[in-house]
Amino acid sequence: MVDYSIQVNEISKRYRIGLEQQVPSTFVEAISGWITRPIKNYRRLRRLTQFDNDQTSEQENIIWALRDISFNVKPGEVVGVIGKNGAGKSTLLKVLSRITHPTSGQVELLGRVSSLLEVGTGFHPELTGRENIYLNGTILGMTKAEIELKFEEIVDFSGVKKFIDTPVKFYSSGMRVRLAFSVAAHLEPEILLIDEVLSVGDAAFQKKSLGKMEEVSKAGRTVLFVSHNMGAVRSLCSRGLLLENGILVKDGEVDQVINDYLSNKDVSTAGRLSWSEADAPQDTDLILLGIEIYSEKKEMRTSFQIDEGFEIHVHYEIKDEIKNLRLYLRLKTTMGETVFATYEDATIREGFNRKPGAYTAICKIPPNLLNNLTYRIYIGFDSPGYKVLIPGREYLEVDIIDTSDGYRYSKEAFDGPIRPVVNWEVRNQ
Amino acid sequence: MENNTIKSKRELPRIIINDGNGIKRLINLQELWQYRDLFWFLVKRDIKTRYAQSVMGVGWAIIQPVFSMIVFTVVFGNIAKINSEGVPYAIFSYTALVPWTYFSSSLTDSSRSLISSKNLITKVYFPRLVIPIAPVLAKLIDFGISFLILIGMMVWFGIMPTIWAAFIPIFVLIMMLAAAGVGMWLTALSIQYRDIQYGSSFFIQLFMYISPVIYPASNVPEKFQLVYAMNPMVGVIEGFRAVLLGTQSMPWFYIWIGSASALVLFISGALYFRRMERYFADVA
Repeated sequence: MVDYSIQVNEISKRYRIGLEQQVPSTFVEAISGWITRPIKNYRRLRRLTQFDNDQTSEQENIIWALRDISFNVKPGEVVGVIGKNGAGKSTLLKVLSRITHPTSGQVELLGRVSSLLEVGTGFHPELTGRENIYLNGTILGMTKAEIELKFEEIVDFSGVKKFIDTPVKFYSSGMRVRLAFSVAAHLEPEILLIDEVLSVGDAAFQKKSLGKMEEVSKAGRTVLFVSHNMGAVRSLCSRGLLLENGILVKDGEVDQVINDYLSNKDVSTAGRLSWSEADAPQDTDLILLGIEIYSEKKEMRTSFQIDEGFEIHVHYEIKDEIKNLRLYLRLKTTMGETVFATYEDATIREGFNRKPGAYTAICKIPPNLLNNLTYRIYIGFDSPGYKVLIPGREYLEVDIIDTSDGYRYSKEAFDGPIRPVVNWEVRNQ
Repeated sequence: MENNTIKSKRELPRIIINDGNGIKRLINLQELWQYRDLFWFLVKRDIKTRYAQSVMGVGWAIIQPVFSMIVFTVVFGNIAKINSEGVPYAIFSYTALVPWTYFSSSLTDSSRSLISSKNLITKVYFPRLVIPIAPVLAKLIDFGISFLILIGMMVWFGIMPTIWAAFIPIFVLIMMLAAAGVGMWLTALSIQYRDIQYGSSFFIQLFMYISPVIYPASNVPEKFQLVYAMNPMVGVIEGFRAVLLGTQSMPWFYIWIGSASALVLFISGALYFRRMERYFADVA
């Protein structure tokens, strides 16, 4: 018998919409609940003997975040968990990391588990970097002795050595993230659960982190990796799990699962995507209202000539002042690789507070930049180094068309994700 | 490296997660022991950040009971002329304020602890019990400091403690159990019913009047004595006065009943907390 690292046996997790799981939230509600409970119980019991299918009313306010999920992971396997927002990926990790209990089913884990659901959890601004390393490390499950052993390494990796005895509140947000990640990256559990951790920090640091992840996954540790970054999933994981509405729909070789996901994904090919306030991607203070694609002549469409530019209009609403709001946009290939990333300009300054109101950000993609491929527009909002507001996601697709059919003589296609017009100068010497 | 992996493989812990029903996992002492370092760092954090960026610093630990003593001495000692069992009212009330301030402030922190660590419990797993218990330990520092002032006052007033002062650690233990017990109840309730959060400071304030802080317990009518003694702080405060000021003989009646009820509060609090624990991340 194989000794699995993770054995997940038919777990389900049910939430009540609005008031999750536990219904009354004030005494008044609870007391009125107690008063009316006998009546409700009576009705429910009476229904047991009535053979109508009137169970819908019971089911209405219940959401199954996970439904009968079963899978096993062998020691050393690196598994990517993919799926749309709300598919249950994070709930799955929360159950595995024992933050929340499953409604039914059982999980067996062999070895110590650490989860990186959000780096820097438990950092206290008044404590020094050194003290926070110890506090954060023990919160993540290390012992004091283990931290002492790795202390130098953690500090070196973070690059904040000079400020290690300074309270963390005087750190820049970037330094804070680096220190936090450094602690997390030096955990040595047998099972590591990672959720979107790569979305923090600047590009250089992300690259460094990704390298560290790779190292960790090659060190024979069992890893469950939740991400929207298909490139990272593809390069780190050998196996993929695809979740859809809380159900495990595909479990297999990573490339296949990713392809399945991307081909079924509801990336809109229309030039417009908009939501009602309730369905829109949102955080407490921010709503993404809609995205539109226009040509330079303000026609709404999604295919463009290679020598045509286009505009991406992002409509969002800020409900309450947000510090350092940053809208980021990535253009990705259908394989999930980022072609380039760009940021809404006005918000890059640190400490800049965005006032409430409705906004439209227009990103102008110049002509003669992209190749004749299909690109996906990936949009997210964050406060750099602090918090992800609306996690990045691919929303719309644009097709770039080259009617000239490639290189003008041999008709061969141009390689590469971009195809800028480059000036050549040829001199005969 | 290779050896390490093989070696550690043999002692890999097996963790089983299920719907959380079942009594046998209610109190997992082994796990609490594994997380003892976290516990100490949380206590240390509470101590270190307590008076961060303040001018008075740890002086605040003294200001609160000392100023209460001054006000009480003027109002209840001089104006209302409450019986202080033959010792100056100032030291009579301060002897009570030292344990009382500890109890009320650790209970306040403990009952708020879950809500203020909301972002921890929704992101990381660790035994939740450390959250309400850490402040109860951290407050011992403040208690120690205000106790030193008490010793200074005893010297000033020329009061010798009795031999029974050796019992003080036991009184401290009783008030810690009581504070942790009530704290666990309140914090577990408050994460679901926010009413508790809003009401607890008021409730703790009222609690002082059913504890013998400004008056001696002997002022309470005979027929209420049994119910009154169920407040664990009655035994603790009267005990402090008896052993330090020698105002009376050891109040065994209050101490026995008080420690029994502290123990009941602590055990029931821990059980209730553990039972509700699996909902914390969902309702926080």
